[in-house]
Amino acid sequence: MKNPLDSLGQTIALGVALTVVMVILIHVIAGV
Amino acid sequence: MEFSDPHWWNLCFRWLHIASGVMWIGHLWYFNFTQSPTMPKIPMELRPAIGKFILPEALFWFRWGAMATIVTGLILAWLRGVIGPALSLGVGAHSLQVTGLGFGMWLGIIMWFNVWFIIWPCQKKVMGITEATDDEKKRAARIGALASRTNTLLSIPMLYGMAMSVYGL
Repeated sequence: MKNPLDSLGQTIALGVALTVVMVILIHVIAGV
Repeated sequence: MEFSDPHWWNLCFRWLHIASGVMWIGHLWYFNFTQSPTMPKIPMELRPAIGKFILPEALFWFRWGAMATIVTGLILAWLRGVIGPALSLGVGAHSLQVTGLGFGMWLGIIMWFNVWFIIWPCQKKVMGITEATDDEKKRAARIGALASRTNTLLSIPMLYGMAMSVYGL
């Protein structure tokens, strides 16, 4: 299987997905 | 505003942090958005111009930009009195700004580690600054490229976390 990091587009998509997960986590931790 | 005024130092380090951050992430994105996709299209006889002249210079500003960003960022967080709460991800602080900043700081610290302890040692092998066999050079080029892509991926949530420290969204 090809490494997604070999594709710039997939790297950016993963970065955006990670951002969404992070924002949800931040809201859970901050509790607001 | 006098030099002893903490707001002056806050302003000073905030500006230095943003400027060195642009220097660092600007070069990271240059490597990933411009240089590496273009390299295969460059005729063989022209490639040494990138490898021997542009790459070493770009790597210098890239790695020292990373160092300056981390140092000024930690000083700035200390001046703002949020270094402890942010590094503990704002647990108990009930603040989107502090938790957002904490995530941004940890991602930035991971990326700084990647630059100095993975990407730069790999590039030194590739460029012949440290001795390596052809196989080791090939392996170092692959690891360095993946670490650079990882940092590009992490730069997206990192910048979002930093912006959250101001806007809380």
